[in-house]
Amino acid sequence: MKKEDWPLFEIFIRSRSGLSHRHVGSLHAADASMALDHARDLYTRRGEGVSLWAVESRNIAASDPAESSALFEPAEDKIYRHPTFYEVPEGVENL
Amino acid sequence: MTDKTHLFEYLLRLGDNALVLGQRLGEWVAHGPELEEEMAMANFALDYIGQARLFLSYAGEVEGQRRDEDQLAFLRDSIDFKNVLLVEQPNGDFGQTIARQFLYESFYQFQLEGLSRSTDTRIAEIAERVSKEIRYHLRHTRKWVLRLGDGTDESHKRIQNSFDELWRFSGELFVADETDNWAVEHGIGPNPETLSSRWNQFVGAALTEATLIQPDDGWMDGGGRYGRHSEHLGYLLADMQFLQRAYPAASW
Repeated sequence: MKKEDWPLFEIFIRSRSGLSHRHVGSLHAADASMALDHARDLYTRRGEGVSLWAVESRNIAASDPAESSALFEPAEDKIYRHPTFYEVPEGVENL
Repeated sequence: MTDKTHLFEYLLRLGDNALVLGQRLGEWVAHGPELEEEMAMANFALDYIGQARLFLSYAGEVEGQRRDEDQLAFLRDSIDFKNVLLVEQPNGDFGQTIARQFLYESFYQFQLEGLSRSTDTRIAEIAERVSKEIRYHLRHTRKWVLRLGDGTDESHKRIQNSFDELWRFSGELFVADETDNWAVEHGIGPNPETLSSRWNQFVGAALTEATLIQPDDGWMDGGGRYGRHSEHLGYLLADMQFLQRAYPAASW
């Protein structure tokens, strides 16, 4: 198998039950099953997670940086979208 | 032989198998076909070195001559090493390493299963822990056997050659001798002869799935457990032991 045959995979780890999977990095592998093996060896050696996802990078649709002004800037002057006008009741931790 | 010398011998065999195979796998570092696969080999190597430490430090305690794991690993000559011949065979190409790894670990998993029921609680605990590592190794290695066997003409031919080449070292794994019989009698470990049918089944199933042909059992090599090694072990030990031999008791 030639090296260029190995596609790139993005790796996501759930660090413990209840949390969502977080992107941790990428790696090369011949197929999804091998990607999980490699992810185990590269990213979970120190007890980082309880679950792994591997997604082939080409299956991820990404926004175009050149369009970031059209996509994101209109939100900047709409401060009423941010929940800053509420008083947080005492004792509420994770808001 | 007394119980103590039998147990020491038994632990040396377990420890030396792990140590020598770990050193072999470590040779892939900076030579792997892929960065990711190299990491896998290095991880396996470290697992084995860790296992060797557990077995050899226990061996040192049993012997009672104040030899610790380092002295047993770095200051014995090849004639005192009790590993089987299979684990000292050279890495060859990647397929040969996979074939060696698969043949050995297919045996090791069943051996560990028996050891985890050992009447010696320390051995049972070590085996319990090590089993988890080997389960993962095998999962990875077995997949490689399938990929290479059922891959290209070239990969198929090469790994078939490797299995043909290494098959004669598989017999030694299943020969019970005086020490094994002692271990069975005292509930320390399994009788290797009883593991051979499960091993054959496990290996045979993978080879068939990989479109490979299981080599015939012909003449089998052996003698590693009595210190009669192939010429390869000397070079391996020279690499591994150089530092402690040249600078005795060096540490960092």
